[in-house]
Amino acid sequence: MELRAEELTCSRGGREVFRGLSFNLAAGQALLVSGRNGAGKSSLLRVIAGLIRFVSGRLTLEGGAAEATIAEQAHYLGHLDALKPALTVAENLEFWAEFLGTRSAIKPALETVDLVRLANLPAAYLSSGQRRRLSIARLIAVPRPIWLLDEPTSALDAPSQKRLAGLMHDHLAGGGIIVAAAHGPIGLERARELKMDSE
Amino acid sequence: MSALISLLVRDMRLAVRVGGGAFMGALFFLIVVTMMPFAVGPDLVLLARIGPAILWLGALLASLLALDRLFATDHEDGSLDLLMMGGMPLELAVAVKGIAHWLTTALPLVLIAPLLGMMLNVELHALGWLTLTLAAGTPALTFIGLIGAALSVALRRGGLLLAVLVLPLTVPVLIFGVAAANAAITGPAPLGPAFTILCALSLASLVLGPVAAAAALRHGLE
Repeated sequence: MELRAEELTCSRGGREVFRGLSFNLAAGQALLVSGRNGAGKSSLLRVIAGLIRFVSGRLTLEGGAAEATIAEQAHYLGHLDALKPALTVAENLEFWAEFLGTRSAIKPALETVDLVRLANLPAAYLSSGQRRRLSIARLIAVPRPIWLLDEPTSALDAPSQKRLAGLMHDHLAGGGIIVAAAHGPIGLERARELKMDSE
Repeated sequence: MSALISLLVRDMRLAVRVGGGAFMGALFFLIVVTMMPFAVGPDLVLLARIGPAILWLGALLASLLALDRLFATDHEDGSLDLLMMGGMPLELAVAVKGIAHWLTTALPLVLIAPLLGMMLNVELHALGWLTLTLAAGTPALTFIGLIGAALSVALRRGGLLLAVLVLPLTVPVLIFGVAAANAAITGPAPLGPAFTILCALSLASLVLGPVAAAAALRHGLE
């Protein structure tokens, strides 16, 4: 499997965010995107997720499911948690597991992020770190080869950051691809770096 | 398929839980229709004559009430992004959200319509037919409203814009809805051509509404 971007150019609201961006990532590789605020890190992730159209260039995934788009084979972990405060922790995860994938057991995923005890609590009562962990559980509950992580460690405490690093490591070891945007180290030691600092 | 069912269940759960909009429409409908005789005066003949119009106007306003939050909440908390990344076409997901909205907002309104019809001195034999016209016509209101709800997300304007965009489009539904109801009350045969056109409007908006709403949502992502 190989995710390849060639000369991607993206503009939002008439302003060019980035131009001529190229990279390719094979299975088991990670890309750490860094750059100043507003450099286009989040836009790049949203472009790969199919949430923003790019103006020119090519974005292809070789060796994935033939009839599925890249978006359907990717997980997007953005700044927003996509959680409904009125639903319980389990209901939130259950819904996304069923909508994004197939009906699967969510308990192992909740165990992975250590939220089993809170499974029946409405998501409104979660702290921001716990909300983040519940979003991460989505990546575990539905297997998808590409993970697009936008500052995944924000709001996470040290043990949770360590756990996330372990999860990312497992994902890469299983032949997955990770594209992460971050300002500091997030526990991906062997990731390739992409600096987005074009003026 | 199970993805769509889980979306339907989620939206209905959200609607009936704290902060959800279910039954608010029915309550608003109840208030509007109850206030009307106070404004018009205790003229039973007049009330019976304008009864269907009052019920239809009340239903129209009530069904718009909770509509502007339909996509806005999903947009604000990031759910909309993920809804687009599922394996389902966005059109189907949008249609399912519309169905969930109709079931939780418009259906209660249809169910209490006979009671309110009695308050407006609508003849007993016509109550059933009147309710049937509402049941046949409210899907058109919901699914035309979907387009407005999606546009208000895309244009980042809520509330009033929705009413301004959607209400003119619902004029045909209102005309044929009231005509069908009047035919049921006064006409020689209940229902008739107006009712057929009303059903056609509902079916057409059931198909066109989700397609247009999905297009608006996609465009709004730029």
